[in-house]
Amino acid sequence: MHELSLAENILQQIEDAAIAQPFNRVITVWLEIGQLVCVEQESLRFFFAVVTEDSIARQAKLEIISIAGQAVCQACNRIFPVAAYHAACPHCGSYALQVTQGNGMRIKELEVE
Amino acid sequence: MCTTCGCGVGQTRINGKTIPARPRADEPLRFRPLPSGQAHPHEHAPSAVANQQAADTIHFGTGIAGTHAPGMSQTRIVKIERDILAKNNQYAAENRHYLAERGIFALNLASSPGSGKTTLLVKTIELLRDRFPIAVIEGDQQTDHDAARIRTTGVPALQINTGKGCHLDAQMVSHAMQQLPLQHNSLLFIENVGNLVCPSGFDLGEAHKVVILSVTEGEDKPLKYPNMFHAADLMLLNKCDLLPYLTFDVDLAIDYAHRVHPRLPVMQISATQGSGMHAWADWIETGARRAAAISQAAQPHDSQFG
Repeated sequence: MHELSLAENILQQIEDAAIAQPFNRVITVWLEIGQLVCVEQESLRFFFAVVTEDSIARQAKLEIISIAGQAVCQACNRIFPVAAYHAACPHCGSYALQVTQGNGMRIKELEVE
Repeated sequence: MCTTCGCGVGQTRINGKTIPARPRADEPLRFRPLPSGQAHPHEHAPSAVANQQAADTIHFGTGIAGTHAPGMSQTRIVKIERDILAKNNQYAAENRHYLAERGIFALNLASSPGSGKTTLLVKTIELLRDRFPIAVIEGDQQTDHDAARIRTTGVPALQINTGKGCHLDAQMVSHAMQQLPLQHNSLLFIENVGNLVCPSGFDLGEAHKVVILSVTEGEDKPLKYPNMFHAADLMLLNKCDLLPYLTFDVDLAIDYAHRVHPRLPVMQISATQGSGMHAWADWIETGARRAAAISQAAQPHDSQFG
């Protein structure tokens, strides 16, 4: 359910941007969502459409760029892709991993007119 | 200035009027010679002004970009490059600053519904209320039952009802903090909505997130709901007094938690029977003393300006 809050946060930042550098309509919104983040993309798309209904971002297209998870093993220092927080190092089997990528979610840019 | 041909003076307006472009009569135009006698037709104005253009003028520079390049529409890209939760994080940073200044040690307690958070809080308050002033923020979708339970211990408690929301956010906590009597060098417990999913992503400005798992749940909860266990700085394994009656494998649960969050400290407690509760109270006291010491060190030594 927190996809609703995320959608509201995205709209708020779009509206802030519209004040800072005026534009009339948002055509596309690019997001970067890490694969390890607790976000259900279909749910986010649904709520984004709902919260932007009467806004400057009405009918804007939501482009979600998935950022693959990546971690460094603290036992053998190797870097490799991970799909989940509980993954083990494929080289040495250690669970002592430090996630280095794929745990963030950002608004990258907007296409506006 | 027109970014296509370099003419004009941009979108500066004086009393709503654009500054006219100055054709340089004394210089020959090198790249775009105009027929003699024709003024530079290419004044850049926003679309509102474009409506006043003569009907026989086709103007490509009136869009918001103020320019035109073949094959490109008037749309443009606005870089944002910010965290989606930047607003929440900003409120959280303000909360953290407020708490740090006053030496208040804040903990954000998260777990599934029914893991015993409120009972744990009541027992923790009973252990610590003689050592620190304490305040509590309770988060639930509905009712103020939890805040009422906390108030019976004599400490101030404020209930946030999130309605349909599934977590507390930093702005809610900021409002609650303003309404609570928060004392310097005190403890603030924030009991999040019972939910192992959403609260993990929302920083409230707390010193630590504490995740509570009870032994009446499955050992594999850390694997099923990894984000909360990854975000937490301490895990409490509650209801350990019930272990003789259950098949819960403590070592397996801790092993799963460590797969998600290596070296996550784990305390085995029973809030109702009291086992492990002193270790938990000591952990809080250590953190609270440190928070108080840091805020005192940050105070200006000469009070004449304070």
